[in-house]
Amino acid sequence: MKHSNLQNRIRPGWNALITLLLLAGAMLIILPLLLVVIISFSSADSIAYVGYSFFPSEFTTVAYSSLFKTGRQVLNSYLVTIAHTAIGTLVSMPVMAMYAFVLAQPNFPAKKFYTFFLFFTMLFSGGLVPTYMVNTNLLHLYDSFWIFIFPSMVSAFNVIILRTFIKTTIPDSLFEAAKIDGASDFVVFTRIVLPLFKAGLATVALFSVVARWNDWFTGMLYIENPKLVPLQTMLTSIQQNLDFIKRNAELANTQEGQDLLKSLPSDSARMAIVVISTAPILLAYPFFQRYFVRGLTIGSVKG
Amino acid sequence: MENTNRLCRQRVGRLTGIQRHIRKYWMLHLMAMPVVCCLLIFNYLPMLGLVVAFKQVDFSLGIFRSPWVGFRNFEFLFTTEDAWVITRNTILYNLVFIVLNMFLAVSLALLLNEIYSRLLAKALQTVFMMPHFLSMAVVAIIVFAFLSPSNGLINEVRASMGLDAVNWYMFRSVWPPLLVFVNAWKHIGYSAVVYTAAITGISSEYYEAAMLDGATKGQQAWYITIPYLKPMISIMLIMSLGNIFRGDFGLFYNVTQNNGMLYPVTDVIDTYIYRALTTLNNTGMGTAAGLYQSLIGFILVMIANRIVTKINPDSALF
Repeated sequence: MKHSNLQNRIRPGWNALITLLLLAGAMLIILPLLLVVIISFSSADSIAYVGYSFFPSEFTTVAYSSLFKTGRQVLNSYLVTIAHTAIGTLVSMPVMAMYAFVLAQPNFPAKKFYTFFLFFTMLFSGGLVPTYMVNTNLLHLYDSFWIFIFPSMVSAFNVIILRTFIKTTIPDSLFEAAKIDGASDFVVFTRIVLPLFKAGLATVALFSVVARWNDWFTGMLYIENPKLVPLQTMLTSIQQNLDFIKRNAELANTQEGQDLLKSLPSDSARMAIVVISTAPILLAYPFFQRYFVRGLTIGSVKG
Repeated sequence: MENTNRLCRQRVGRLTGIQRHIRKYWMLHLMAMPVVCCLLIFNYLPMLGLVVAFKQVDFSLGIFRSPWVGFRNFEFLFTTEDAWVITRNTILYNLVFIVLNMFLAVSLALLLNEIYSRLLAKALQTVFMMPHFLSMAVVAIIVFAFLSPSNGLINEVRASMGLDAVNWYMFRSVWPPLLVFVNAWKHIGYSAVVYTAAITGISSEYYEAAMLDGATKGQQAWYITIPYLKPMISIMLIMSLGNIFRGDFGLFYNVTQNNGMLYPVTDVIDTYIYRALTTLNNTGMGTAAGLYQSLIGFILVMIANRIVTKINPDSALF
């Protein structure tokens, strides 16, 4: 053998090439994020002079200090996002875990029905318009904080991941043994199942946290009251207003257009909002990465 | 006499059967109740609301007293050019997304598996997963930083080379490739995770045996890794084809800044329904379009599942 490569590796040349390729790919992800961070630290003069650039002519933290000084709306939205994330996750986790426990029972005659009842909602839906009408006309959740909590309480996908977690981590015999000892199902659930599948709960809770933190759609569709607008929705609406003015050159020259433009945060302030709304998740997830990986692989084994 | 006796006994037996079931399982039923209630209210009730597709909604009369109009909402939808445009856009974009993302995700997983440094591979995986954790609202602003007509990076670079500024948000032909790029940028790192996990699960004995027979790393990837991943890949492909009728609302609405100029190349079923609800105020047609999407989507998922069941029953959804 010419290349007596006992470790069964690719050749060093290939390794260097592939590593370079992957690093270039990583740059494609990091650079756009870096650009946003740099714009948030660029002065207004710099943006007027060199535009959005990796090399601004002047650095400043004025965007951040202005957010903290005058940014009542930003602080408020931050609180709404935190409440949406925390309350939503705390309320929905026990409810979903109980249902997953029911679906994971080894011999429960109604298990098939409950599985189908959940599963069907993944296959077929009433669609946006009827859902909107139920939430607003029937349940009066328009412009209410509870719109963030109740309609998204059950995620069929997450329940199925939880069920798979229970089935793979807890042997059927344990259920049976506990039942023979006279424990009720609820006791089996709280005393035996919950402590044993903490990793599964953590995984699904993280999925829920990310989805809720990044939810801009609910706020855009149902919320008018500025006090209840979450961060991501706020970003969307700022961007829309800005774009609306820029696209209508006539409007931009009128007093009305100028007032609207002035009421919007500056370019760097907008990017600062992006940074403070995204940083918590991006900085935290590497520490929880293994949970995401585990949840993903379990979710793909049995959807 | 004997017959009635037997009948009586059967009935008694059945009754006690139900009673026994309730006595034995009432706690499980109770534990399922919160989710059942949520699904009934937030998922099944809107399905009843689909009757609106066959009505002319008059909010002063209420939904149930609004007049029936048969299929007129559907006629209205399908006689416009829109129905064709949104169907074509939704299917074509999804087809490209599915095939390209699959190819890139599998390639990424293969390459990450080969480089020498495990530490670097881990760090790279973390970086590639990052865009998954950004909301589409944020992605839209990142894209805007590059494409903004007045300050965008691309126009600044063009200006420094003496080229004219381009208003990218009015420029239709860049959007299909751009949206494909943004979608891949956001999703491949995350999809690659599943394949990375599968690859690490392959027994190293296969590779050692192949190496002893003189197989190169390229041959090992082609003759061991890819065939091993093949069932998983085909099932993922079929399953995503089942969802081909669902557009990624955030991508087509936020990233394009919901710009009307771009609708011919960026409008998908989901954005159309959203506009029918919020700006056109045409609830009947919006519901009709939603029913069209749900129904065809449902049929496609059923077909996909049937095919998967034939290939590998263990991977079937149901």
